[in-house]
Amino acid sequence: MTEPLLVLDGLHKSFGALRATDNVSLDLAPASIHALIGPNGAGKSTLIAQIAGSLKPTAGTVRFLGQDITALSVPKRAQLGLGRTFQVSSLAMAFSALRNVMLAVQARQHATFRFWRPVRVDRSLIDPSMAQLERVGLKERAHLPVTALSHGERRQLELAVALALEPKVLLLDEPMAGLGGEDSLRMTEVLTGLRQDVAMLLVEHDMDAVFRLADKISVLVYGRVIASGSVEDIRASQEVRDAYLGE
Amino acid sequence: MLEMRRENLLNAGIALLLLAVPLVAWAIDETYYITVASRVAILALAGVGLNLALGFGGMVSFGHAAFFGLGGYAAGVLSHHAFEGSAFMSWPVMIDGSDSTLTLWFAALLLSGVVAAIIGAISLRTTGVYFIMITLAFAQMIYYLAISLPTYNGEDGLPLYLRSNLPGLDLSNDLTFFFVCYALLLLAIFLSVRIVGSRFGAALECARQNENRLSAIGIAPYPVKLTAFVLSAMITGLAGALFVELNGFVSPSILSWHLSGEIMIFVILGGVGRFYGPIVGAALFIVLETVIGGYTERWQLFLGVILLGVVLFARGGVIGLLAGKARHD
Repeated sequence: MTEPLLVLDGLHKSFGALRATDNVSLDLAPASIHALIGPNGAGKSTLIAQIAGSLKPTAGTVRFLGQDITALSVPKRAQLGLGRTFQVSSLAMAFSALRNVMLAVQARQHATFRFWRPVRVDRSLIDPSMAQLERVGLKERAHLPVTALSHGERRQLELAVALALEPKVLLLDEPMAGLGGEDSLRMTEVLTGLRQDVAMLLVEHDMDAVFRLADKISVLVYGRVIASGSVEDIRASQEVRDAYLGE
Repeated sequence: MLEMRRENLLNAGIALLLLAVPLVAWAIDETYYITVASRVAILALAGVGLNLALGFGGMVSFGHAAFFGLGGYAAGVLSHHAFEGSAFMSWPVMIDGSDSTLTLWFAALLLSGVVAAIIGAISLRTTGVYFIMITLAFAQMIYYLAISLPTYNGEDGLPLYLRSNLPGLDLSNDLTFFFVCYALLLLAIFLSVRIVGSRFGAALECARQNENRLSAIGIAPYPVKLTAFVLSAMITGLAGALFVELNGFVSPSILSWHLSGEIMIFVILGGVGRFYGPIVGAALFIVLETVIGGYTERWQLFLGVILLGVVLFARGGVIGLLAGKARHD
């Protein structure tokens, strides 16, 4: 068996008396998609925040590529190859779509403290950025400011920005949220095409997408993983049905 | 595209107008207006400095008078010692006074830069209204320090009897002095354009819009903002050195919080994040002060009304009003 890329070991996060994350252990194997499902308020976003580094766990460790990253900052984790998309699109709104991706390419090249050459004509930033925009189907919209993009397009742009980092693991916080049927299908296609290059931890409510994409599913309820297994196992589990699928 | 061209034309017009005023004044022998134009150029330079932090980096510094004043004191104190023939300090290293313009500029840039690195390193751990207050607090500390320095006449300040020596140019000629200020102003704007358009500038502008986004792609916002803050302070510090030479006088008033507010007003009136905005802002300010100030001491009432109008109805300042919204490609 191959070494997992990402390992959560006994994560706890409390806010006062509330246990938002309660002894969560998971791992993410290379070239796989691990979906995290659960009702609203189950602590999915809190968990993603602890993996990405914006929240520090009360106890437990996060290991990435064999390294303990629990104490590392968000930018350090991103530099190691941990990419993410946000549940609510979080982009540089005044920039064009292209500029948003270009900034990620520049971050990837570790070349931010350069003060002279204009990025506007920098092919080493523009070309790889256009390639990422094409990958998610936004090439024609590259020069529009983010404010002019539709909700679905912003989700696609979030993904393009994350991909420009050439991450080894992607944390996707509800990438389908608010997408219409066609956009959602397109996003599913894009994610399917990516799975060989990058492992993904997918938080998602759209069960069709989850069942289509995931290799493994974990169910989070009140901060605890109540079940974890293959798509078939989860579909069959009575406990999951009671707690979540509502059948 | 069309809007970009309109803004470029407008900028060229602004730059030419500022150049034309002292030339006309010289031609018709109204030399007072040469000094007025120099004042505009110097204050605009201070605004160009603040604009880098405030306009492009979103750091609302209410303490930029500290850097303006430190630049002014660096230049003023060194030339005071040069005139007296005394040393600025003799221990642990010997530092004499200086009447070389380049040395004074270097001292102003160095002092304002180093102090900005310290103030910025602490202040940038906060955001929003706390950042405004902490920059103000630091500036006030430096103000009171200057007031309590008996060596340099404390509150009364120091007169400077001679302008410094710049090789090949006679700075005691008012028109020459204006050209030097004007050249530095355009140089600072050019540097701002390059910096903002560079990779560093892209990261800085992202930090202004969305720090979480910048972190998530692996760029720590703090060093980016601190670097911009220091560069911003150095430009404003250089303006302080020029201001002291123009007036032949250095006193703690150039460190006061009123001046911090005025520099901010130049930026806001002209247009936050517009490269030539501070020229418009400083010019408007000086015109109001000179023209309406000639009739009433309460000319700032009119300034207040205009500022209110800009903040309420023209968020892009005068440049935004004339050239439309700023665009990123």
